[in-house]
Amino acid sequence: MKKVAISLIASLAAGTAATPALAQHAGHTTSEPQQSAEQAAADEAAAQCALEAQRHRAMGHQVPEGACEPESATPGSMDHGAMDHTEMNHGAMAADAAETGMTMPMDQPEMDHSQMDQGQMDQGSMATGSMEGMDHSAMQDSSNSDAAIPLLPAPPEAGSGPARAAIAIWGAEAMEEAREALIRDTDGGMRLWFQGDRLEYRVRAGEDGYLWDVQGYYGGDINKFWFKSEGEGSFGEPVEGAEVQALWSRAIAPFFDLQGGIRQDLTGPERTHAVIGIQGLVPYQFEVDAAAFVSNKGDVTARIEAEVDQRITQRLILQPRAEIALSAQDIPELGVGAGLDTIEAGLRLRYEFAREFAPYIGISQEWRIGDSADFARAEGEDPSVTNYVVGLRFWF
Amino acid sequence: MGLLGLAGAVPAWARGADLLTGAARKGIDEATGPNIDLTVARSAFSTGNRRGGAIAVNGSIPGPLLRLKEGTTVRLNVHNQLEEDTSIHWHGLLVPFELDGVPGVSFPGVKPGETFTAEFPVRQSGTYWWHSHSGLQEQAGQYGPIVVDPAGADPVQADREYIVVLSEFSEMSPHTIFDKLKKGEGYFNYNQNTWTDDYPLSGEDRRMWAKMRMMPTDILDVSSAAYTYLLNGHGPLDGLEYLFRPGERVRLRFINAGAMTFFNIRIPGLPMTVVQADGQNVEPVEVDEFQISVAETYDVVVTPGEQAAYTLVAESMDRSGMGIATLASAPGARAAIPPLRDPPLLTMADMGMSGMDHGSGDSATAGMDHGDGDMAGMDHGSGDTSGTEGMSGMSGMQMRDTSRLPADVEVGPGLDMVAMNPVDRMGDPGIGLDDVLHRTLDYRKLRALTPHQEGRTPSRRMELHLTGNMERYMWSFDGKKFSAVADEPIRFAYNERVRVKLVNDTMMAHPIHLHGHFFELVNGAPDNRQPLKHTVIVQPGGSAQFDLTADEPGDWAFHCHLLYHMHAGMFQIVTVANPAGGEA
Repeated sequence: MKKVAISLIASLAAGTAATPALAQHAGHTTSEPQQSAEQAAADEAAAQCALEAQRHRAMGHQVPEGACEPESATPGSMDHGAMDHTEMNHGAMAADAAETGMTMPMDQPEMDHSQMDQGQMDQGSMATGSMEGMDHSAMQDSSNSDAAIPLLPAPPEAGSGPARAAIAIWGAEAMEEAREALIRDTDGGMRLWFQGDRLEYRVRAGEDGYLWDVQGYYGGDINKFWFKSEGEGSFGEPVEGAEVQALWSRAIAPFFDLQGGIRQDLTGPERTHAVIGIQGLVPYQFEVDAAAFVSNKGDVTARIEAEVDQRITQRLILQPRAEIALSAQDIPELGVGAGLDTIEAGLRLRYEFAREFAPYIGISQEWRIGDSADFARAEGEDPSVTNYVVGLRFWF
Repeated sequence: MGLLGLAGAVPAWARGADLLTGAARKGIDEATGPNIDLTVARSAFSTGNRRGGAIAVNGSIPGPLLRLKEGTTVRLNVHNQLEEDTSIHWHGLLVPFELDGVPGVSFPGVKPGETFTAEFPVRQSGTYWWHSHSGLQEQAGQYGPIVVDPAGADPVQADREYIVVLSEFSEMSPHTIFDKLKKGEGYFNYNQNTWTDDYPLSGEDRRMWAKMRMMPTDILDVSSAAYTYLLNGHGPLDGLEYLFRPGERVRLRFINAGAMTFFNIRIPGLPMTVVQADGQNVEPVEVDEFQISVAETYDVVVTPGEQAAYTLVAESMDRSGMGIATLASAPGARAAIPPLRDPPLLTMADMGMSGMDHGSGDSATAGMDHGDGDMAGMDHGSGDTSGTEGMSGMSGMQMRDTSRLPADVEVGPGLDMVAMNPVDRMGDPGIGLDDVLHRTLDYRKLRALTPHQEGRTPSRRMELHLTGNMERYMWSFDGKKFSAVADEPIRFAYNERVRVKLVNDTMMAHPIHLHGHFFELVNGAPDNRQPLKHTVIVQPGGSAQFDLTADEPGDWAFHCHLLYHMHAGMFQIVTVANPAGGEA
């Protein structure tokens, strides 16, 4: 905001410099007001600009807030002072104040509180589920009150079926094409989204590693094709774990999509999984992705991820993140133990140079639990790994 | 001929910015009838340090002023030099529906290289405007003002009159803006609540908002992060001047031709007398500031004199930026530019919980029981800037109690909220203006200047819900995007008089526009003095009512005039039956 104010000051100076020429079109009314930038001789403009800038600097532009407000805003003329009390039903005004939170009752001693109560009573009747009670017009004595007007569908004379008045004039063919274009144009459209949620370099005991976690969709408001891919590894070694998912995603609630499809593991023992999951936003703004997997070997596993953006400033965002992997059975060839398999907790601090481009640093701790930890130890791996990460989050 | 002359003119004020050869001129030429040519063509535009592609009409942005005379017939020829279909809608003019300029509703549109001619008698006077109704062309610059001089004497006397067309320029293409809105929640909002903000929000308030999965700072979808705010095509750096002689009565015709921006208008040091709303004269009402939604117009009269110059401030409702011009007694005179004010926050009322006694922290039912007349129940937002304090009572309230909806509202992913207590908010000056310390305008202060003839009580009421999902950026009427109801228009019998109630089940203000008609705001004025308008703001979580006499047969667009809301689905067709029967 401050930046804008400063540039406005600059504009003031520049604009002034650019308008030395006197009203060429002084007689004009209702047309373009003078904008006379082109009339300034360049050097003269420069000189004036300097002068003007100096003048504004001299002014300091530390104008106290509100200094430019009209001085005549005395309490008497505030807000409701301008209302026409002779015509205005006081009950309606009372309700007005009730709804908009204006301060009127405090400085309107002539207010009739009994009428106000009346208005409040009408509102109270809302609680019974009736809509009529709340309308101010209902408080008026005129015949024009809502209560006297029935809530009805259109009468038969209104006709029925699609709108076709224009067809009678322009022809069905011409209108149909335009109509289809209009429907497309007011439907939200289809779009492609791709997000690299985590693309990171991981520093840890032993070989440093890397991780990718990307997703995206193509589709409209309700139905989308959704794809996801995750993978990680250590430098100088084969990729440890990588997978892709292809899902059909359907909006089933304001904040949730139901997703179903397949997952293909790209490393280790070849596995294909059926996927069913929910992705969306839970209260308190946590992005949640929960999915269950059934592999072609009959193994049942599940994964729950949650992350939340904590804005420190408009662009600096701290993102706590947690991921839990579960398994219904031991899967020795994958090193997975039944029950709680792994827990991962991370904290990433990103800076949004643009909403779409945000480098981050962070820390991520992984624990393999229970039997999984035993499998890890058996393979000479540490079941607890701390990663210091630097990465990039982006989308388009 | 005149067209070629205009199009070929060297853009004088682009001299200092030769980088943009062929750029659109900033500002307004005047075109008068009876025969007016409007050529729509690709162009470029720059203001400040922003530049990009645009669409200009007759080579300027805004396009030319159509200066018409009531009682005459005008011929408007729309020449399409784009490589896509286009259209021009005469916003607020009463025209035969087939000339109203909405592709797919009133006509097929104007193909590339073709010309569409709309010839019609001018039946009214006042301030109006025109704009493209095709895709997102309006955002790119395809709009301009209309002034219709009355056949008789103008009840508004002024020594001088000027037009103030408010709009936005973005370097981003309109389709990119929409794409960002769809993909990134709060993409353009850099006034979000953070750990380090100065907002008067308690920790409890913040948790409540997070729990709702909504943002208290969601005031406008697109901010100055993408927009430079324009007055007559001039950005804040462009030094737009309106000259006056001290003591003159100056009429300013404000037209909000923006795609997404509500503006708060003020001229520090100078009271404004509102004399016309949406082209229709109203009883003069003096204010210090007023909010104008997208698609509305207001005429005000000011009498500058004490100062050599006054700054005309058009601050975006989210207070992320402003458009600036100067009322100057001599060229170059300038007044101080006030700093941007703190951004506003949404309140209980915006959540659809007006009048609820949240202060007591009681349950919803108790909160709604105003029968005891307890003043304590009214104190929410009583001038404090937060208006959200003490929301602890929220915990028992449901943000999406769909049992409150009429049966014809479709409950689905596109509906993320239901207003619990959607009261009439006609008396609301607009988001952020309820606590300013000077006089503001609201719909209850508007009275038609002359009584209108229609004296009938509406024969029926209908209710329509404004619905949406901020997260998915879906917007609709009654939970149904236009694609779902394209074959089910809202129907009226010819000359039927209906009271229409709009209930806003979202936390955004929506300017709802009905084509081809003026409706009367049900604002507490006597029946025959209800102000006539073509666009009505329905405040967040509140309701608004209008009386409509459906006396213009044909098919008419009815939509939210926030361009990207319309683009996302908040659009319908209103069909008024033909009195002679036949197709309509």
